[in-house]
Amino acid sequence: MSIDRRDFLKMIGASAVFALGGMGVVDGIVKDNVEAEQFRPEPGALLAKQWAMVIDMRKFKTEGDYKRIISACNNIHNIPDFSDSKHEVKWIWTDTFEHAFPEQEQGYAPESLKEMPIPLLCNHCENPPCVRVCPTKATFKRKDGLVMQDMHRCIGCRFCMAACPYGSRSFNWTDPRPHIKKENPDYPTRMRGVVEKCTFCVERLAEGKMPACVEASNGAMMFGDLSDPNSEIRKVLESNYTIRRKSELGTGPNIYYIIGGADNAREGAKRE
Amino acid sequence: MYNGGKILLGIFVFLALATYPFYNNIGKANARPEPSTDTPAIQKLAQKKCIEPEAFMKSEHMQLLNQWRDAAVRDGNRIYVAGDGQRYDISLQNTCMKCHSNKKEFCDSCHNYAGVSPYCWDCHLAPKEGK
Ligand code: SF4
Ligand code: SF4
Ligand code: SF4
Repeated sequence: MSIDRRDFLKMIGASAVFALGGMGVVDGIVKDNVEAEQFRPEPGALLAKQWAMVIDMRKFKTEGDYKRIISACNNIHNIPDFSDSKHEVKWIWTDTFEHAFPEQEQGYAPESLKEMPIPLLCNHCENPPCVRVCPTKATFKRKDGLVMQDMHRCIGCRFCMAACPYGSRSFNWTDPRPHIKKENPDYPTRMRGVVEKCTFCVERLAEGKMPACVEASNGAMMFGDLSDPNSEIRKVLESNYTIRRKSELGTGPNIYYIIGGADNAREGAKRE
Repeated sequence: MYNGGKILLGIFVFLALATYPFYNNIGKANARPEPSTDTPAIQKLAQKKCIEPEAFMKSEHMQLLNQWRDAAVRDGNRIYVAGDGQRYDISLQNTCMKCHSNKKEFCDSCHNYAGVSPYCWDCHLAPKEGK
């Protein structure tokens, strides 16, 4: 039998009343332990109905621009660095335009566009297939649109990895701890046998901070509430042509990309 | 009775072995675990008390941690309002262990005694300890 604090206090209270045999104590006990709401959000937390991100490829000019956002995430979230690519664990990474957007078949697009590295991360899909297949409800969608994973509940079945069309999820084949370069003592690690992915920095949103990659991007990445017509992100989406990854699958990805014009494409190949 | 002596001897040996742990421990009081709360952070507290009464924490901390986990991970509620109205960040690593920075003398002393090995530490980082 498990009892919560309320029951426990009641029990203690009842036995105290019993032992002392006086009604005077009842007042004291009840007053001292009035239950307000026991759990609540942090006062400064950032709230939304559907979080989303815009990545402006025009602002990724050098290799450093990519490295900065990726290592910001890796360092904060204790992402292990496996030299064996079969064991790779990644929350944010890059792949070429051609691989990231296979449906964009611009036959005669310049090589530089095809080869342009694109930052990729979990799309926190509106209709996430990973959530649908998770047998333990370890992966679930929060009220603010984040696709979260409860590590305590993940059994490592990897159904979600098979279901995700974006390769956003990684499996811990071995204990990741020895492969973490420098542990961030404020954030947990993962253990062998669980799946992990980008969390949209849920722990930072709770403290009123922007995601780490967005903060490190010098304005190349924007983050905000898609359901708020006055949000910065909605303004950016209204004034730019953006694409999403494999949206034809019906997953409703929430990462929008501004690819930019020919100039940008021509420059693309020089990066990385 | 065939081989009566051998059978009796066998039974005797079996009983002796099976009850050995009990005989062996007779009269030896098992030392109660004494979880230490002597850490720099706790020493600094004006009032040396945990977030809830000690008796509750002793017997129910695992349930409380489960509730914390669900509140933070599932509902995004990361503030816990204690019985006395005080508010605390819901975090094993950043709230509990900031005071109880001596996992070996605190958590482990009872857990080892009770023969339980909770898997908190497979993911949550324990505070760095000298020893
Ligand atoms: S990108 Fe993949 S892991 Fe992320 S929500 Fe969509 S399906 Fe799930
Ligand atoms: S690996 Fe974990 S998160 Fe993924 S489907 Fe299985 S239980 Fe769910
Ligand atoms: S949003 Fe946070 S968790 Fe996701 S890739 Fe960016 S830094 Fe990493």
